[in-house]
Amino acid sequence: MAIVQCDNVSIRYIKGDLKAIGLKEYVVRKLRGNYHIKEFWADRNVTFSLEKGDMLGIVGTNGAGKSTLLKAISGILLPVEGKVKVKGNIAALLELASGFDMDMTVRENTYLRGAMLGYTRDFLDEKYDEIIKFAELEKFQDYEFKQLSSGMKSRLAFSIACLVDPDIIILDEVLSVGDGAFRKKSGDKMKEILGRGITGMLVSHSATQVRELCNKMLWLDHGKQIAFTDEVELYMDAYEEFLVTRKLPENRSDIEKLAADFKVRKKRESENEDSVLRKMLMDAPDEDAVNTAIGYLREKHPEVLKKSYLNG
Amino acid sequence: MIEGTIKRTTKNMRKYKFLFEELVKRDFNQKYKRTVLGMAWSILSPLLHLLVMKMVFTRFFGRNAPHYTTYLFAGNIVMSFFKEATKNGMASLMKNSKIIQKINVPKYLFLLSRNVSALVNFMLTMLVFFLFCIIDKIQFGPRMLLLIYPVICLTIMNVGIGMILSALFVFFRDIQYLYEVFLTLLTYLSAIFYQVSRFPEKFQPLFLLNPVYVMIKYFRTICIDCIIPSPQYHLLCAFYALFYLAIGAWIYKRYNHEFVYYM
Repeated sequence: MAIVQCDNVSIRYIKGDLKAIGLKEYVVRKLRGNYHIKEFWADRNVTFSLEKGDMLGIVGTNGAGKSTLLKAISGILLPVEGKVKVKGNIAALLELASGFDMDMTVRENTYLRGAMLGYTRDFLDEKYDEIIKFAELEKFQDYEFKQLSSGMKSRLAFSIACLVDPDIIILDEVLSVGDGAFRKKSGDKMKEILGRGITGMLVSHSATQVRELCNKMLWLDHGKQIAFTDEVELYMDAYEEFLVTRKLPENRSDIEKLAADFKVRKKRESENEDSVLRKMLMDAPDEDAVNTAIGYLREKHPEVLKKSYLNG
Repeated sequence: MIEGTIKRTTKNMRKYKFLFEELVKRDFNQKYKRTVLGMAWSILSPLLHLLVMKMVFTRFFGRNAPHYTTYLFAGNIVMSFFKEATKNGMASLMKNSKIIQKINVPKYLFLLSRNVSALVNFMLTMLVFFLFCIIDKIQFGPRMLLLIYPVICLTIMNVGIGMILSALFVFFRDIQYLYEVFLTLLTYLSAIFYQVSRFPEKFQPLFLLNPVYVMIKYFRTICIDCIIPSPQYHLLCAFYALFYLAIGAWIYKRYNHEFVYYM
């Protein structure tokens, strides 16, 4: 039984004058007959379904309709056509740092936000200290919100939102919150939540993240569904190649070709790197050259270096 | 269908009780900014208003009017309650647009919490009003308890009109200015400082088309005339309250999911 099911979901935004012109102008234009609105399909016929424990990576360039789709799934938007069916409660970690009240204290904002996310007062009373501790805001509990830095705000938003024990989790670019240390902590927390076997959806611009976390993948481009697949490696190869060539695949063989091109390109790049490194070392075989080479690797491929080199 | 809606609403009410409390708390904070003066100001401001009106208008309109202070005061507090509740209600959706775009919560909660803080504020001014009734030598009696009726009707009507306005405000931002103009006109049409009996007999019923005037008149009938309005008059109050609430609820039901596209 599918936990999340989208059938031919289409979402339309209305663009044009309406927002800007106001009622007086609207009436005048309506009477003159030169009132125009433009429709804009953010998503067109998107179809996929997720079983329990699936993790879906949603990829696509800017304006592909990724965030809009997530809003439809979390119930904020109603699709114009098609159906979204969701079983269980959703925790949507969209970009949440906005929407706090600037004149209220950290404590008050925590309760307000918790209430919005559907927690009970008892639950918050119990978890409050944990939230503050995770956000590292112990010293700031009675500060007004406007006195916090933007990093602190995002940290609090993340901490409140990821406390839940949901059936379905939606992550929209939230794994890049805060400074390096907090990013690691939030990443670990996410992995822990995902490890419980819940169903998830993840929008990310980091290909590595999608490869690492997801077992299914949805590729959108300008609202059109390019692919929904569980061959994540193959399709991510093709997607990454597409990001360079900007040629959309039309069928299976295009995908395979793109993926093959990607492999070739990667190989060439790594060969190039090899020769760059070799040249570095050959040109001046002394300590400086070795250090330069290590510096290069540290920047580009920290994973091949042992920890001791990195710290030294 | 109506039964289903009511059932769902009450279920939501229970589910979102905590959120509602927190929202009310926030709105109070925003209004009074945690200051003592903030609270006092909401009483002082209608008092100043009254003082100026009393000084200016008694000469022109108040000569033959019994208990003119009470007459003025009743008109003033009801009108400013209506103004505050509907103006705040109008802005309630857009003020919370950031939240509405990110989290799926019932949107009417934002409107209701605004109305609660307007109602509490009105209650405060009511206390001052009673104080002035005593000074003005108004006869008190059990009939005063009936004043709760127009307050309930007015509150329901405020919610309804707030729903209509807040929805319109999402679509048309200049509603704010248009409504401001409308309110000024409405104030003049609500017989706050003049008496309707000065108009020709056949025009007088036209004032009953103005729901705010209907509520003001209820107050005056109880306090100054010392009589209880007719059952028909009660029905008229209830009609206005439910009429606007019904329109507002219909608009919310119909356009609820469109709001977010225009924010």
